[in-house]
Amino acid sequence: MVNLLMKSKLLWPIVVLVVILLINLIFDPSFFSIDYRNGKLVGSLVDILNRGAPLILISIGMTLVIATKGIDLSVGSVIAMAGAIGAITVTSIDGEGLGPLFIAVGLTLIVSIIVGGWNGILVSRIGVQPIVATLILMVAGRGIAQLITGGQITTVYYDPYQFLGGGYLFALPFSIFIVTFVLLLALFLTRRTSLGLFIEAVGSNPEASRLAGLNSKNIMMMVYMFSGFCAGVGGLILSSNVMSADGNNAGLWFELDAILAVVIGGTSLMGGRFNLMGTLIGALIIQSLTTTIYSIGVPAETNLVIKAVVVLIVCLLQSPEFRRKIFGTDKVNKNRVKKESEGVTLS
Amino acid sequence: MDIRIVNKKGLLILLVIAMMFFLAACGSSSETGGEDTESEENNTEENTDTDSESEEGEQGSESEQLVIGFSQVGAESEWRTANTKSIQNAITDAGHELKFSDAQQKQENQIKAIRSFITQKVDAIVFSPVVETGFETVLQEAKDADIPVFLADRSVDVEDDSLWVTFLGSDFVEEGRKAGNWLVEELAEEEGPVNIVELQGTVGSAPAIDRKEGFEEIINQEDKFEIIKSQTGDFTRAKGKEVMEAFLKSDGENIDVLYAHNDDMAIGAIQAIEEFGLIPAEDITIIGVDAVKGAFEAMADGKMNVTIECNPLFGPQLVDLIEQHFEGESLDKRIAVEESMYTMDQAEELLPTREY
Repeated sequence: MVNLLMKSKLLWPIVVLVVILLINLIFDPSFFSIDYRNGKLVGSLVDILNRGAPLILISIGMTLVIATKGIDLSVGSVIAMAGAIGAITVTSIDGEGLGPLFIAVGLTLIVSIIVGGWNGILVSRIGVQPIVATLILMVAGRGIAQLITGGQITTVYYDPYQFLGGGYLFALPFSIFIVTFVLLLALFLTRRTSLGLFIEAVGSNPEASRLAGLNSKNIMMMVYMFSGFCAGVGGLILSSNVMSADGNNAGLWFELDAILAVVIGGTSLMGGRFNLMGTLIGALIIQSLTTTIYSIGVPAETNLVIKAVVVLIVCLLQSPEFRRKIFGTDKVNKNRVKKESEGVTLS
Repeated sequence: MDIRIVNKKGLLILLVIAMMFFLAACGSSSETGGEDTESEENNTEENTDTDSESEEGEQGSESEQLVIGFSQVGAESEWRTANTKSIQNAITDAGHELKFSDAQQKQENQIKAIRSFITQKVDAIVFSPVVETGFETVLQEAKDADIPVFLADRSVDVEDDSLWVTFLGSDFVEEGRKAGNWLVEELAEEEGPVNIVELQGTVGSAPAIDRKEGFEEIINQEDKFEIIKSQTGDFTRAKGKEVMEAFLKSDGENIDVLYAHNDDMAIGAIQAIEEFGLIPAEDITIIGVDAVKGAFEAMADGKMNVTIECNPLFGPQLVDLIEQHFEGESLDKRIAVEESMYTMDQAEELLPTREY
């Protein structure tokens, strides 16, 4: 039963993803082929996973925040900060071997979790609206990143740094392993422990959860810290991939893509329900779309229009009302009953 | 930067002194009202005048020396920083006095700065507008005060072109043409077709539109050149790499030439080409624009063929123009910055001398 429910919820996003990938096939017959070259698997599908890794990571963090009826606008700035801290650390420490890399990764992740915690404190302890609380860091974080890099693009000449975002393990990009690990971690924590239930409870009604004996404040705090952590890892991947830190442009507008991925994946902005696999599909849709736009050669001016149209289609397909009007009533009535039993969903 | 701080301090001191006058005046009128205090006041006033505007006094004797107010956009990139330094140094090296103001990307700061230049009665104003529109009023004020305005690097969108003397800035179309010309010459022997991919700048930005236009103008004259893919890389390394990766996956070995609207995107694309297993600059000819340090490093490593200069170091040229104007010469409304281009062979030699 649970399985069936999942399927129906993810059906439309998956359909859209497959359609986007198939459209590529028309323009480039070798789209699905994956070659084995220089000990690496090379192909467009690998690219989509590799390029999409930061977005998937950040969307996972965003999903949990949105599940508590919050939102985290600061992820883009945290990406810029993380990239700046990582790059500056490895360039300023003179050392051979992997030492500087571990110090940089450790430092970046600690700072990312701390700034995520800052959001958490503002939201859970001081009671600032999430959109306002995270807006503060969204503005300040980019400023801090620019301060760290001195407003310039800092190039990294320390080779091990490249492994995070550009390295390969078992013939696959290392970033895919990072994403898989974080996704499994999030899935395990939310589905195999009661944490997921707690998050949903807090999202539905924080006061009632508190009265029921849940520590709502700490749970909120935790999801913001996790979102900061995800953004930090994403920032390291992005910065390491191009071996530079760009305080002005790294992660610019990432928060919007991440929120979009979460929403496409069927998580409601009203909180109380979330779907991590849906978020994964949502992020993959956005990334495949971007890669498709680049490879089929549409004029640069129309990029955003095409993106908007596809997103609109996905959102319409997910709306039960819309489906009923287009595809007739019978099938959807069944869905509607299910949807109602699931609580609030998108649309 | 230093100069700006000094100026602020100077202003502060002036303000404090002015307030002391005011207080002294109040006090004196109520207490004594005698002539002593008044004469004291006059003395102090004269002193401050000579302190703050001693340069102007000297200027009277040396007709060459000018007071030039310079309002810069901000400090958003290495390019801009180099540009600021060049103009500042050129003005002070030529023996003129500089009043510098950093607008920090805000138009209201810039308008304020220009107004303060006008009240300080500078001899000339140099400014790089943050945005193109909305400067009519303040430019008119400058014109009414008889202060010539020189636009540097960026232009304004104002109907009445008598409001400024000249606009000195890079000609992006010309940069595109240079890139095209280099390619045509370089591949003159080659038989077609030559497949070009283009990484555009931010959609709608002047450099992106003009560099595309100039480049196409040249290469369209020969049939063998064809732009097979053209997409925006937002002037950033990360996007440049991502877009190039997609190009390589769809067209791969067919790509002969990469034309990037700035060096950063070219540097990102070079990484993508290497990861794809091709040799940059050999399998794919790479053209960039800007001539930033990173491009010289890439060229010195043999990974990039040519970069077209977008020169921020036009301070000396600007000062020459200002001096010419004061000597009574009439100047064109649009003057292009002197720019060149650098190829792989020159890179290693020039790398240590690059300032930005």
